[in-house]
Amino acid sequence: MTPLLSVSDLRVGFGRKPHANEVVRGVSFDLADGETLAIVGESGSGKSVTALSINRLIDFGGGCITGGAMKLKRADGSVFDLMTATEPQLTGIRGAEIGMIFQEPMTSLNPVLTIGSQIEESFRLHRGLTGRQATAAAKDALDRVRIPDAARRLKYTPNQLSGGMLQRVMIAIALACNPRLLIADEPTTALDVTVQAQIMALLAELKRQTGMSMIFITHDIGLVAGIADKVMVMQNGQAVEQGELNQILDKAQHPYTQHLLQDVPHFANGSATRADGQRDKGASTEPALKVDNLVVRFPLKSSFFSRASGAVHAVDGVDFDLMPGETLAIVGESGSGKSTTARAVLGLVRSTRGSFSVGVRKASAQQSALPVQMVFQNPYASLNPRLSIETILAEPVIATGGRVNIKTRARMAGLLERVGLPKNSLERYPHEFSGGQRQRLCIARALMLNPSVVVLDEAVSALDVSVQAKVLELLVDLQREFGLAYLFISHDMAVVERIAHRIAVIYAGQIVEIGDATSVLSTPQHSYTKKLIAAVPTIDRRHEHFELDTRQVPSLVRPQGYEPAPARWEQFGPDHRARAEA
Amino acid sequence: MRILRAIFGHGSGRIGGIIVGVYLLVAILGMLGLTPHNPITQYRVDRLHAPNGAYWMGTDLFGRDVASRLMAGVGQSFTVAFFSVAFATLAGTVLGLAAAWLGRRWDGVLMRIMDVLLAFPAILLALLIVTVAGPGTWTSVVAIGIVYTPIFTRVVRGPALSLKAREFVDAARTFGSSSSYIVTRHLLLNLVAPLTVQVTLALAWALLTEAGLSFLGLGTQPPAASLGLMLSDSRNLMETAPWLMIFPGLAIMISILGFNLLGDALRDILDPKMRRAPA
Repeated sequence: MTPLLSVSDLRVGFGRKPHANEVVRGVSFDLADGETLAIVGESGSGKSVTALSINRLIDFGGGCITGGAMKLKRADGSVFDLMTATEPQLTGIRGAEIGMIFQEPMTSLNPVLTIGSQIEESFRLHRGLTGRQATAAAKDALDRVRIPDAARRLKYTPNQLSGGMLQRVMIAIALACNPRLLIADEPTTALDVTVQAQIMALLAELKRQTGMSMIFITHDIGLVAGIADKVMVMQNGQAVEQGELNQILDKAQHPYTQHLLQDVPHFANGSATRADGQRDKGASTEPALKVDNLVVRFPLKSSFFSRASGAVHAVDGVDFDLMPGETLAIVGESGSGKSTTARAVLGLVRSTRGSFSVGVRKASAQQSALPVQMVFQNPYASLNPRLSIETILAEPVIATGGRVNIKTRARMAGLLERVGLPKNSLERYPHEFSGGQRQRLCIARALMLNPSVVVLDEAVSALDVSVQAKVLELLVDLQREFGLAYLFISHDMAVVERIAHRIAVIYAGQIVEIGDATSVLSTPQHSYTKKLIAAVPTIDRRHEHFELDTRQVPSLVRPQGYEPAPARWEQFGPDHRARAEA
Repeated sequence: MRILRAIFGHGSGRIGGIIVGVYLLVAILGMLGLTPHNPITQYRVDRLHAPNGAYWMGTDLFGRDVASRLMAGVGQSFTVAFFSVAFATLAGTVLGLAAAWLGRRWDGVLMRIMDVLLAFPAILLALLIVTVAGPGTWTSVVAIGIVYTPIFTRVVRGPALSLKAREFVDAARTFGSSSSYIVTRHLLLNLVAPLTVQVTLALAWALLTEAGLSFLGLGTQPPAASLGLMLSDSRNLMETAPWLMIFPGLAIMISILGFNLLGDALRDILDPKMRRAPA
């Protein structure tokens, strides 16, 4: 039997000399009807370029297919040569035979058109449906991706829907014409972990219903366990290993696959937490940071002259303390208030109420006036591209009234060496460094002022998985060496498990569960924590069936004068408590 | 040096760069008086000579050498354009940064004033200011400067607003950096590229506006030479002595072409998206 898609020795290059600048170098695979192939690799491995070459979208991205063969079996059984096809022929293939969904649902839809008209377009183009027929078909398509209240949602514009809903709309559009091949390029990377679980469940279910084939591209090898039949691991434009799912996950041959499976943080239900807990030993020390009943509200005004009609309760009564040398991880979905908490602690947003006290580690002369420092999520945005590394590292010193002298230069060089950067870095500029190196620079910059607390806001989320592991290692080493307290904000449970001593789960602006990491991860008590942990993809959960949960996060907009009910806490173990649920 | 090499490696940048370079040379010679003849001396015997060996571009109604007047005129026009654009850049950058950094009411009030200025056609607003202040070189400098200030304010405010929300500015705040440090190091330094492009393009518009003002008799005053004034003087002699119109007209056209080509090239070269290697 001929496979649905057969790719052999595919080569793709970029630039003026595509043959010299190949980023995909001889990739071959076959995909049978109804099969799912997962392509796994880090950024720059050529996985997206491979996918974009299949429907020849690469031609619009400046790429050029320099060699190989790609054959698609069409619905009528004839074989279609994707290499020699003309652009009009390809337009007939795209959407009708090969559907595609992208990473960022927010930017993949046109913001000024209703989602209804964007779904109808697909039916108009490929099936010739018009008017009421097209609307009915669009409603069916939304029903199919489990969007509640589909008829009304057709009139929504993209800004009225959440990221998860938009990704479902994208899937609805991609599946509008029943393509026999769906290419999903990191479809859940931009989404929260619980929403990711929903989308994965939806894709698995749709695949079962329609019998389509799928190419699923991801950087997260944990995700493929739930969906793939075959796995292809890519590195530097080459497929280093491919085979059946179980064979790859259990008996990986290539060192790079083994590295992905072993060295990269994977979630292990609390069995891989850090052993150097501090709480029980020296309980008498002063906390490095104590946050008491923190409230951050953003008032809503309907017009310039009217008074506030309500407020967004971004953070609603959060308290915790953080000991020296300890990591407290704050986990939660986007919009739960975890970043706002961090920014309030640093004074980047003004808190409405509440207090924090920052304990002084040692009353030495070196202790800076600003004991809390921060490392941001995006290493590309948090360094000014026009300044040399020396100027960047000098800024905290200048800002606090210091002078740049031989001593500061020595400190800069020492810190750079400590975070693992070459000695000649000082004269260089940020663009000369990779993402992981930039994040090391940001860490060095945060340490210039000798802080006692470092806030790490999704500090490793933007990095490739293997770089992530190394930066986490560095953070742990620095913590031991300088006795730093970390406030580690993350949505990634696997990363949190590696670095946290304690975990606070935050939901809708409130802490719902807090306690030592092992206890929270292995025996979660609050229903939200359970849901969050159940949604984490792991390599052990093969073809596990996810429940489709379409519940929406409650709105944080409250009327004027609203106060949340006081929390009732239930204690589970010495350092583990959860909010009692109604 | 790097930027010069990039300009000469860019197709239209090379042409624009050469044109602008030649003009600058001519302007300097014109200003220093290093012209073939004195631009305001009237050689009564040689009135309305067609271009020849002695007078390369002919002579005008009063027997003045057109080539010399052209050089002096280029010098004059460039001086006005240079100072007015410097004025607009300085004022626009300060106002744009102030609007973006102070935000809220400052932003609203400043930008509405700029909108009002921008609502007038450039030449009309310049005319208005010159009429009130009286004609002359320095009033045209101020008038043209004010006319182009709103454009620089906008060019600065937009990117400054987005830079202000970038994480490196947040990071600077967490170290306790002062506002002046953040504005100069983090905002202004990142605005150099868009400003450079804007300055080049604004020089072309300022040249044109200066020519327009002089043409209407409100810019440079005779007997001093200016390109607009020369065009204005040539109007009645268009058929008998076309060289009086052709040379200053060409001079204006080519200079504006040069600045526009250079501006386009700089836009390409300084665009950060172009600097990155293809993905």
